[in-house]
Amino acid sequence: MRPRSSWGQALVLVGPALILLVTVYLYPLAWLLVLSLTGGADGVVGFGAYGRFLESSVYLGVLLRTFRISLVVTAVCLVMAYPVSYVLSRAGSLTLRVVMVFVLLPLWTSILVRTYAWMVLLQANGLLNNLLRRLHVIDEPLRLMYNEAGVVIGMAQVLLPFAILPVFASLRNIDPRLHAAARVMGAGPWRRFRSVTLPLSLPGVAAAGLLVFVQALGFFIIPALLGGSRVITLAMVIETQVVDLLDWSLASSMAMVLLVVTVVLVVGFDRLLGLDKVWV
Amino acid sequence: MTGDRTHPLLWAVTGLVLTYLAVPSLLVVVMSFSGGLFLEFPPRTLSVRWYQAYWSSGSWRDATVRSFEVACVVTMLATSLGTLASIALVRLTVPGRSALRALMVSPIVVPTIVLSIGLYSVYARWRLIGTAAGLVLAHTVLALPFVVLNVTAVLYKLDRSLERAARSLGAGPLRTFTQVMLPLLWPGIASGAIFAFLISFDEIVIAMFVSGSNPTLPKLMFDGIRYELNPVVAAVSSQLIIVTSLALLGSAWLRRQTDRTRG
Repeated sequence: MRPRSSWGQALVLVGPALILLVTVYLYPLAWLLVLSLTGGADGVVGFGAYGRFLESSVYLGVLLRTFRISLVVTAVCLVMAYPVSYVLSRAGSLTLRVVMVFVLLPLWTSILVRTYAWMVLLQANGLLNNLLRRLHVIDEPLRLMYNEAGVVIGMAQVLLPFAILPVFASLRNIDPRLHAAARVMGAGPWRRFRSVTLPLSLPGVAAAGLLVFVQALGFFIIPALLGGSRVITLAMVIETQVVDLLDWSLASSMAMVLLVVTVVLVVGFDRLLGLDKVWV
Repeated sequence: MTGDRTHPLLWAVTGLVLTYLAVPSLLVVVMSFSGGLFLEFPPRTLSVRWYQAYWSSGSWRDATVRSFEVACVVTMLATSLGTLASIALVRLTVPGRSALRALMVSPIVVPTIVLSIGLYSVYARWRLIGTAAGLVLAHTVLALPFVVLNVTAVLYKLDRSLERAARSLGAGPLRTFTQVMLPLLWPGIASGAIFAFLISFDEIVIAMFVSGSNPTLPKLMFDGIRYELNPVVAAVSSQLIIVTSLALLGSAWLRRQTDRTRG
C-alpha cells in the first residue's frame, strides 16, 4: 500500500468513530472540566469548587466511604475469586464449561434485576431473615439492607466475574512443568502452591483487583438501591448535586476527581504491569 | 494436572460462590410467578398476573419498544463505526495508532455517572434530552469499545495474504473488504453486535439523566424498584433473563462456528 493513500483511507475508516467520540464523549468530559473550574457563584475561574469538595468534612466522609466500600468489595471479590479460579484452572473441559456458564451468565443479567432480587432477599421480612427466624437463629430481623453490608453484598456479586476471569487466565497460563519440577525436587502440595502457583498468579490477581476497584468507585445503582439514604457514595452525591441542588460546579469537580483517580489507576497499572493481561 | 486432586474443601467453596452468583437471577424467576400483592419467597400462590400486568400496560410496552429500537440502532451504528475503525487500527499505519486505540476502548473505564452528567449538561443545550437520537449517540459510545475489542481480536489472527491475493487479482479496496474481509470478520463483528445490543438495552445511568419524559425499560424498572418493590419488575426481569440467555447461547454458537472454520 502506498503511504499517501493510507492516510486518506485511515481518515475514512477512523473518521466516523472519531467524530462520534469527540462530540458525545470527549466534549462532554471537557465541558465538565470547564464547569468545575468556573460556574461558581462569583464567576471566578479557579479551584474554588474543588476546595468546597475537599475541605468539607461531609463530602470528604463520602469520598472516604466510597474508597472504603470499594476496597472491601475488592477484597471480598478476590477472596471468592481465587479458589473458584484455582478449581477452574485444574478442571476438565466439561466442568470448565458448566462453571463458566455460572460465571458469565450474571455478567449479562441486568444489574437492576439482580439488585431487585437482593432487595427482596435482604429486606427485614425477606427470605434470609425469615429463614433465620424459622430456624430460631435470630429473634429480631437482622439489618442486611440500607447499610454498607447490603451494598457490599450486592456490589461483590456484580463485580465477581471481573475478578474470576483474570485470575483464572493467569492460573491457566502457568506451565504445568513447573509443578512437576517442584514435585521432583520434593516440594509438598502446600509448598508448591506457595512457591510456584501463588507468585505466578499475582499479576492476574492485581489485574482483577484493579478491574473491580475501579468499577466499584463509580457504582451508582447498587448503593442507591441497597444503601438508600444511609450509605451515600460519591456517585450518589454527584447525582444529587446535579438533579436536586443544581450545583454544577461542585458536581463536576467531584466527577473530575472520580475520573482522574480512575484514569490514573488504570494508566499507572498499564505502565507497571501491562493491561493486555486484563483483556483475556 | 498430574496426580494432584483438587481438595474437596475447594470444591465446596466453589459451589458456595457459584450459588451466590446464581441466586439473584434464579430467585427473580420464581418470584415473578407469585400470586400475592407483595413479593415473597417462596410464593404462597402462583399466578401469571404480573406478566399480564406487564403485557397490558401501555407505559411498560412503550418503554420496551423504545429500548428495543434504541438498542437496534446502537447495534448497527456501533458495529459499523467500530468495524471500520478496527480495520484502520490493525491494518494501516495510522499516526498515533496506539493512542487512537486507547481512546476507542477508554469508555469502558470512565465511570458512567461522570459521562452521564457531562452529557446531561451538553444535551440540555443541544435540545437532545428525551430524544431517541441522544440516547443512541451516548449508548454507541459505550458499545464501541466492545465492538473494537471483538473485531480487532479476529483481525490480528487473520491471514493478511488473503487480502494481498485479492488485491493482486485486481480487486479494489471496497471489493476486497466486502468479499474477502467481511466474510472472515463476521464472527467477531457478530459477537461485537451482541455486546452492543445488550449494553444499550441494559443501560440505566445515562438513560436516567438523558431520557427525560420518555423512559427506557431500565429507567422504568429503576423507578419501579426505587419507590416501591413493584412485582411487575420481577416479570420483566424474568423475561429479560430468558432473552439474554438466548443471546448468549447464540454468541456461543457463533464462536464454535468460528473455531470450526478456522480449523
